[in-house]
Amino acid sequence: MPVAVEKNEKFASYAHPERLVSTEWLAKALADGATKDGSLVVVESDEDVLLYETGHIPGSVKVDWHTDLNDDVARDYIDGAAFARLAAAKGISRDTTVVVYGDKSNWWAAYALWVFTLFGHQDVRLLDGGRDKWIAEGRELTTERTAVTPAAGYPVVERNDAPIRAYKEDVLAHLGKPLIDVRSPEEYSGERTHMAAYPQEGTLRGGHIPTAASIPWGRAADTDGTYRSREELEALYLGEAGLKAGDDVVAYCRIGERSSHTWFALKYLLGFETVRNYDGSWTEWGNSVRVPITKGTERGELPSAN
Amino acid sequence: MTTSQALPQALAEIVNDFQELEESDRLTLLLEFSRSLPALPERLTSHPELLEQVVECQSPLFLTVEAEKTDHGDVVRLFFQAPPEAPTTRGFASVLFEGLDGLTAEEILAVPDDMPEQLGLTRAISPLRMRGMSAMLGRVKRKIAGGLRPAA
Repeated sequence: MPVAVEKNEKFASYAHPERLVSTEWLAKALADGATKDGSLVVVESDEDVLLYETGHIPGSVKVDWHTDLNDDVARDYIDGAAFARLAAAKGISRDTTVVVYGDKSNWWAAYALWVFTLFGHQDVRLLDGGRDKWIAEGRELTTERTAVTPAAGYPVVERNDAPIRAYKEDVLAHLGKPLIDVRSPEEYSGERTHMAAYPQEGTLRGGHIPTAASIPWGRAADTDGTYRSREELEALYLGEAGLKAGDDVVAYCRIGERSSHTWFALKYLLGFETVRNYDGSWTEWGNSVRVPITKGTERGELPSAN
Repeated sequence: MTTSQALPQALAEIVNDFQELEESDRLTLLLEFSRSLPALPERLTSHPELLEQVVECQSPLFLTVEAEKTDHGDVVRLFFQAPPEAPTTRGFASVLFEGLDGLTAEEILAVPDDMPEQLGLTRAISPLRMRGMSAMLGRVKRKIAGGLRPAA
């Protein structure tokens, strides 16, 4: 049984308020015992694989973006059978309300939410502000291991990538329609091929996909890690990036995680129907043979017919 | 690349401790190491320019090495700093600290470059994260090879 949707003024202005919950809402839901009967499962997803263990929201479970959601052989996400096993082991049934939260303004949490969405999990929401806001407000954390009652079963659902995931070929076919590059300005211009202080992932060329607008992902988040207001997001994506209602949009970053945060903002907060995350992102595009790139701070032109 | 040589005793014992555990328990042990990483001495916290950032690590990690004269000759002292939000990085730094601090430069330079892999954590933390951890040992060795700064 899904849990009732939160109603507040900030969320009400978004296209899909049912995709967010506030820290107050979650604290109350926990106090009301919503996690006790399996109707609500709280998932923490962080950059650091051990951060959850240093203290997590009471009753929450951990899903690691790398070790749980990626197939360790194919360069892909896990398949339906593996996802069903993962979900059931975390106490998640198909009709469970899942609230995801994490570090760094929910960067990895948004990525986990996106992967849950690839499997069509109906009710998956983000905790606005994530782990940092929860901690900043002095809310309870525990190192106590969560006793999970595995779900009776989770159906094996074939992943449906097409609506929200773009492959390289899709992006090539998409050229001419709006693209949002969510990496840092230095990565966009090609001055750098990875984030400052992050591992070099072996991208050979620096730059961006021709015509992509540069809107670094973090600009969608306020200083407390919550999403910016609808008005501010519109200024960013409709104003600065120049998107128009009804646009078909592809967002990308370096490996597809930061762009999940932007994907969420475009899809659920601004209500763009067709938004896809290109998870191959710059790591794939920058290394691919014969795909066009643009260097420098300008968006660049589409290559003439090839 | 230096590989598969004998490890200094303290480090060999740590590697053994990891290898004797099941994969998931190895993560727990790494978490315990993350908690025991000593804080920087004040003379370094007030001089952050003496620390070098290991850019290959996913979270900010700063380190420095210093030479220290003892009755048994010169030894190397290691100093690491990583935030509490980066327990995996702290854990690895702590393993290197406990395994290598106080050894001679020669002993540390002889540590095989694949030593981090020997902890058996690659699958539990993912190869991508493991790369940053391996880079940490490489950086310690490069700093030593590049010349040691005497303790201030």
